[in-house]
Amino acid sequence: MSIPQDLLYTKSHEWVRVEGDSVVIGITHYAQDQLGEVVFVELPAVGDAVEAGEEMGTLESVKAVSEILAPLSGEVIEANEALEDSPDLVNKSPFDEGWLVKIKGSVEGMDLLDPQSYATLLEAEQH
Amino acid sequence: MHPWIGAGSQDRQDLLHELGLETIDQLFARLPESVCIDRLDLPPAQDETSLRRAFFDLGLNTTTAARKPSFLGAGVYNHIRPAAVDAVLSRAEFFTSYTPYQPEISQGTLQALFEFQTLMTRLTGMKVSNASLYDGATALVEAVLFAFRVLRLKRPRVVIADTVHPIYRSVLETYADPTGLEIVTVPAGPDGRLDIEALEAAITDNTCCVAVQSPNFLGVVEDLTVVAQAAHRVGALAVHVVTEALSMALLKAGGHFDFDVVCGEAQSFGVAPGYGGPHLGFFTCKEKTIRQMPGRLCGETLDSEGNRAFCLTLSTREQHIRRAKATSNICTNQGMMALAATVWLEAIGGAGLRRLAEDNLSRAHELARRLVDEDTGWRLAFPDSPFFNEFLIQGPIGGAETARKAAEAGILAGIPVARWSTKWPDGLLVAVTEHNSSADLDALIEVLAHTTHHQSATRPNTP
Repeated sequence: MSIPQDLLYTKSHEWVRVEGDSVVIGITHYAQDQLGEVVFVELPAVGDAVEAGEEMGTLESVKAVSEILAPLSGEVIEANEALEDSPDLVNKSPFDEGWLVKIKGSVEGMDLLDPQSYATLLEAEQH
Repeated sequence: MHPWIGAGSQDRQDLLHELGLETIDQLFARLPESVCIDRLDLPPAQDETSLRRAFFDLGLNTTTAARKPSFLGAGVYNHIRPAAVDAVLSRAEFFTSYTPYQPEISQGTLQALFEFQTLMTRLTGMKVSNASLYDGATALVEAVLFAFRVLRLKRPRVVIADTVHPIYRSVLETYADPTGLEIVTVPAGPDGRLDIEALEAAITDNTCCVAVQSPNFLGVVEDLTVVAQAAHRVGALAVHVVTEALSMALLKAGGHFDFDVVCGEAQSFGVAPGYGGPHLGFFTCKEKTIRQMPGRLCGETLDSEGNRAFCLTLSTREQHIRRAKATSNICTNQGMMALAATVWLEAIGGAGLRRLAEDNLSRAHELARRLVDEDTGWRLAFPDSPFFNEFLIQGPIGGAETARKAAEAGILAGIPVARWSTKWPDGLLVAVTEHNSSADLDALIEVLAHTTHHQSATRPNTP
């Protein structure tokens, strides 16, 4: 399972990339692998306020629907519109083209994992 | 306790003990005294033969639309039911597995539901249909909740025409309060049609849904061309409610006017007009909002050998999978009645359906014309408004009294709207279907004319 070193992670398998005063959010390679083929992505609208730890959207695979939890509080400034027609980008390119939303806000004080801790978490989950 | 044999006295004691109670009465102590009865004053038990006779006798005192000329409508219509409908329904393969909880093993049921969906999309002009809902009233409620969800639960205002069936509106009120919806009712104009200016004025950017019925509760056909535009101007969803599904064979439904939902009641399609149901709700919408659609949805697929097969699809939205986070609390459908509608529509066919609708229209218009031309003393409440097979009439005496007098003469003359409509309290709502022969029309005209003449005879003459 690939775990890029320049990202932060949540225990619920979202990744976070800090870009100035905003962050880009997606789900990890492990998360998309667990979900299976993603067929629909429901994202918050631009301008929506999201709350850390709360549901901000859903990912629907052929097996189930799972919630996307917001890793931080803030305002949604961009949503990945490409996912509307190509939800499978989440499977094909979870860390790049399959990103979900961009949120204006700070990760300061948030309960996020560095790549190493996330790797440890994955190892624990896989056993 | 046994899973399907009822609780015995020891079981009951155990259950009460578990609840920390001593008597059954303590369990029901919360019920207000006014709704409690001491005991049922029932006659002694009878043998099966006597009981059958007693109920048969009771049945003879009941007037039904099958025995008397009936002009009752108002959301329930008396249409022909070819014998093929019940013959197919009562086949054990359908009857015992009427709702597919382990769906893919019931390919026949799924195919019937798939055909039902196909038929409903063709009638409504919409892209997708679910596999049915309980009835028209809950279909309207689901449409409103659907619109609320599509707009992310942010717009609580619901604008609805007051000519939507009053019972449907009352069911909506029941749901609205706990959901936090604000219902705004737009009154009809003096012609019984939607007041478009009033409608537009009521729609705000806080509105999630604009709902109109056509033909409306008073029988009048609404101008649907502008409703969806008015709703879309603020980004709200437009809902077309239908209570007489047969009308869609002649009149263009909301799908042709960019409505977001066409829903309602399809009892007209092969479901007998029974008091208390069962009825048949339907729900159709655009493809882009399919994931917010309530209820079951049948899809077409290929099996492992590449043969055409049917499956339940998008079940991930549903309650049995998503629990509390389900799209809607509806996780079943009205399977038997959807099958009845499918058999009915397929037995009658496309051209037959249109002929049937034309027949209804011409009989209803003939009755309306004769009521006016033959000097019965009765008039159309909305003489200049278009109607399909139902219309409101007003005469020298009130609708309720007229209906009672007509019933004495052996005719079910119509539904008095007094209990719902304050604007036309004396009106009588008259529906005409293919069951109403020329002799039925003659009989109704005679009864109505009689009420007029009887009335003028008892009135003192005025110069």
